[in-house]
Amino acid sequence: MSERVAVIGTGQTKHAAKRDDVSIAGLVREAALRALEDAGLGWADIDAVVIGKAPDMFEGVMMPELYLAPALGAVGKPIMRVHTAGSVGGSTALVAAHLVTSGIHDRVLTVAFEKQSDSDAMWALSVPQPFSAPLLAGAGGYFAPHIRAYMRRSGAPGHIGMQVAVKDRLQALKNPYAHLHLPDISIEMVEQSVMLWDPLHYLEACPSSDGAAAMVLGSEQAAAAAQVDTGRRPAWVHGMAMRSEPTMFAGRDQINPRAGRECAADVYRQAGVTDPRRDFDCAEVYVPFSWYEPMWLENLGFCDEGDGWKLTDAGSTSMDGGDIPWNCSGGVLSSNPIGASGMLRFLEAAMQVRGEAGEHQVDGTRRALAQAYGGGSQFFAMWVVGTDKP
Amino acid sequence: MAEAREPVTTLDTPIRLEYLFSAGIAQSKNLRGLAEGRFVGQRCPVCSKVYVPSRGSCPVDGVPTDEEVALGNTGTVTTFCVVNVPFAGQSIEIPYIVAQVLLDGADISFMGLIQEIPADQVRMGLRVEAVWVEPDQLGPSMASVKHFRPTGEPDAEYASYKDYT
Repeated sequence: MSERVAVIGTGQTKHAAKRDDVSIAGLVREAALRALEDAGLGWADIDAVVIGKAPDMFEGVMMPELYLAPALGAVGKPIMRVHTAGSVGGSTALVAAHLVTSGIHDRVLTVAFEKQSDSDAMWALSVPQPFSAPLLAGAGGYFAPHIRAYMRRSGAPGHIGMQVAVKDRLQALKNPYAHLHLPDISIEMVEQSVMLWDPLHYLEACPSSDGAAAMVLGSEQAAAAAQVDTGRRPAWVHGMAMRSEPTMFAGRDQINPRAGRECAADVYRQAGVTDPRRDFDCAEVYVPFSWYEPMWLENLGFCDEGDGWKLTDAGSTSMDGGDIPWNCSGGVLSSNPIGASGMLRFLEAAMQVRGEAGEHQVDGTRRALAQAYGGGSQFFAMWVVGTDKP
Repeated sequence: MAEAREPVTTLDTPIRLEYLFSAGIAQSKNLRGLAEGRFVGQRCPVCSKVYVPSRGSCPVDGVPTDEEVALGNTGTVTTFCVVNVPFAGQSIEIPYIVAQVLLDGADISFMGLIQEIPADQVRMGLRVEAVWVEPDQLGPSMASVKHFRPTGEPDAEYASYKDYT
């Protein structure tokens, strides 16, 4: 039997380059307390905790979930850790949701974080491997060649990436939790920023952030009780899916990975979505480098292959008049606490559905998509949330 | 009394870990080839794709790739980026070109450094060849390949490498 599950509380930290006012424990606790408060619950009401973050090498704290258990009220309760690289925030939320749909727990707290100021992600992602040439140069060095291949395959003009970089930063101005607030952002400013990984400019890449995200997921009964207590409606989960594929195999399409396409097909089938561009009111999608917006527009079926950049170019993904706003929160391009970045997509989609997104709310949102990807584009996690009980 | 200073908030404490790495049968064949200045791949008996370096099994068909395939020194740049970001532990002077190189006869590309050509002239489809380190420097590592350089041949047709970017 599969029970219904809903988001009944959300919380996030103010994301920043350096949150030196808190430790990792303080960071996750800040997000968790906000989620509990939003759900009208206390620590004692939580049955289990599911936590995720990017690889331990980032902060150099091995298995941090063990030391974080007390800070998350998890002493004497089940706590588990999820590992799926950059997509982990999304996968973590899905694992937590399964603990409810399986009927095991009623109220699960899920948390994800990264404290990049305690870490050196460029180093951690570029460690020389045995018997290999030391050519790795961070995530940007990995993804930039695939972006170039996308530009060649689709014939997209060079300004598309810069347009996404500007759009997401303008939307971030409406989100008080976003790390980057760049009121003067413009195409010229992006174009004049350093070309870090040609064809990617500095301002087409995500920042390094400290931050955490948390959600309380509840059963049907828990959702009803929370709504009575808080007056805030739940975001019902209409579909959830994860897919992965090997990083390297002959003929692998790294621009439009099959795992992403199949993950989307699965989650759409569960939610009864047949035309994503029409059926969703907005979407929160993992876009750490600007060009991943058009690439994921295609991978997620919002348009035909090769046409993603045309939607971006036409302003269709902008809150400012577009028909399918993407990343109203400012997205990963504006806040990137890596482990939390995927969960922020899931959380922001839920906030939209609950009508709680404040200034970056898309009015009347009834259904929203969240996606997170990770590793060498080989891990995908998605959910569809909506106002209606499924 | 010490003079007033900024409070210490973080300390870098370098640590060192020593470990033994066993390359396994398939990768060892490839590494021994590199130590002799040549590329060795393996063919999948089901899909016939040639993997270099091979990990001993086909990721698609899940079968052992026993057949060894000697590969030549030339290949095609399928895509690339210009790295211009400094970071801790970096050993190559920036800016440098990292490309996906598809060796002739192989069905998967790998990362290679492109040199002996101005950065702004590197392009998708560029034909390149491996430049090996001096014979006494050769070892069981990709570091035996100093870099790749243009062969001077005409560029490869996009259709010939578009599925290998």
